[in-house]
Amino acid sequence: MPKTHVTMKVNGSEVERLAEPRTLLVHFLREQAQLTGTHIGCETSHCGACTIDIDGMSVKSCTMLAVQANGSEITTIEGMANVDGSLSALQEGFRMMHGLQCGFCTPGMIVRAHRLLQENPSPTETEIRAGISGNICRCTGYQNIVKAIQYAAAKINGVDYKEAAE
Amino acid sequence: MIPGPFDYHRPASVTDAIRLLADLGDEARPLAGGHSLLPMMKLRLATPAHLIDLHGIAGLKGIRRDGNRIIIGAMTTQAELLASADIGSSLPILHETALVIADPQVRYRGTLGGNVANGDPGNDMPALMLALDASYRLEGPNGAREVAARDFYQGAYFTALEPGEILTGISIPVPAAGHGYAYEKLKRKVGDYATAAAAVVLTMAGGKVATCVIALTNLHETPLLATDAANAVIGTALDDAALKAAAGAARAIMQPASDARGPAEYRKHVGGIMVMRALQRAASRAK
Ligand SMILES: Cc1cc2nc3c(=O)[nH]c(=O)nc-3n(C[C@H](O)[C@H](O)[C@H](O)COP(=O)(O)OP(=O)(O)OC[C@H]3O[C@@H](n4cnc5c(N)ncnc54)[C@H](O)[C@@H]3O)c2cc1C
Ligand code: FES
Ligand code: FES
Repeated sequence: MPKTHVTMKVNGSEVERLAEPRTLLVHFLREQAQLTGTHIGCETSHCGACTIDIDGMSVKSCTMLAVQANGSEITTIEGMANVDGSLSALQEGFRMMHGLQCGFCTPGMIVRAHRLLQENPSPTETEIRAGISGNICRCTGYQNIVKAIQYAAAKINGVDYKEAAE
Repeated sequence: MIPGPFDYHRPASVTDAIRLLADLGDEARPLAGGHSLLPMMKLRLATPAHLIDLHGIAGLKGIRRDGNRIIIGAMTTQAELLASADIGSSLPILHETALVIADPQVRYRGTLGGNVANGDPGNDMPALMLALDASYRLEGPNGAREVAARDFYQGAYFTALEPGEILTGISIPVPAAGHGYAYEKLKRKVGDYATAAAAVVLTMAGGKVATCVIALTNLHETPLLATDAANAVIGTALDDAALKAAAGAARAIMQPASDARGPAEYRKHVGGIMVMRALQRAASRAK
């Protein structure tokens, strides 16, 4: 099957490579664009470890073809820091609240939470849990991940983060 | 977990898509959101030689009102349905159902057309389309035709789509003002397919059920219209006996497979419970 030119903007830089039609976007990002922060955690499109942000949507990059991303704008975990290189509110939240658990799922969770907070800057705990329901954690639980996102929401909204009473 | 090789086509119009499908024959498949097809291709359960990506066809998008019907382009995603205020006010059950499909990432990509055309008994939208008496516009080499959702499903993954045809839009009559509705879905976890689900649309008059439609998801090879169950509650105040009669009539037509979601007997049992819950919730919403 002939390869085609695929061009996309990833984390602000143009990436142009040849790809077979069957190349999944996740493999394109990891192997062609050398951005290995986007992980593969399952074979069934369930786990969300491969979540990226594309044209304003959270998408499982294992369930989209690289050719379909031709001409689009993508942000991966590598593009989540502030422009000056410091940690974004979300990254800081995951660090401060111990949201980085096994770590393997963290990139997908942060990228998904980024889009969630763009759409809903002050989500309730229920909305956060529904918002990250496409990102599976099987190591402990979601409590610290939820806190990390609450921390980031508070920081983005310029208010003090207070842990909800348990 | 990489699909087998295929050629990728991105037509810009429905006419081009149909021509490609007709020319390439059996080996060609339309690609919509890809969230049923690509997982199957990754597992090599599907190995089409050609994918016809419908994303380049602007005419397949959009939600519009035509008299007392809502017309939805096949490539409209679940996320777009959820974002539509029009759908929220005139077809709130479509919102309720879209929200229990999968998870946010899947809903950004998965389309209404792909969900109803797929023919997977586990898909949630087909039963809803039966309940709403929707019709599908199918376009192919011999022109366009409208097929009622109630006539579309013939078996698991087997539908009225003829070779070379694509589904271009879904037309739904707006239910009566003041109707009650509910989509009750039992699933093992957030984002899962239904163990059993029921859609109910009804109207009430003087405390009694005036009209009622019930449809069932994942309780047979195809979605089911539960006509006897609906008739069992018409004219009643949905008392205990009426609810039990409806659940019993619904269970009588269920033939679910035993699978990871439970043995067939269990799925029929909870299917009946979904019918009772959906009836009660729909009635509580009717004005
Ligand atoms: C993790 C996960 C969980 C899910 N959970 C649910 C769930 O709970 N409930 C549910 O209903 N679905 C669920 N799905 C499926 C999801 O909703 C799919 O998006 C949907 O079934 C198919 O829509 P699609 O647009 O992705 O179609 P595709 O996957 O692109 O296509 C599906 C099939 O339909 C055909 N097709 C698509 N569009 C057309 C058209 N316009 N004309 C003719 N043929 C067409 C394709 O050729 C293919 O055979 C889940 C998927 C995943 C990955
Ligand atoms: S790798 Fe698991 S959803 Fe993509
Ligand atoms: S964060 Fe990876 S399994 Fe919990």
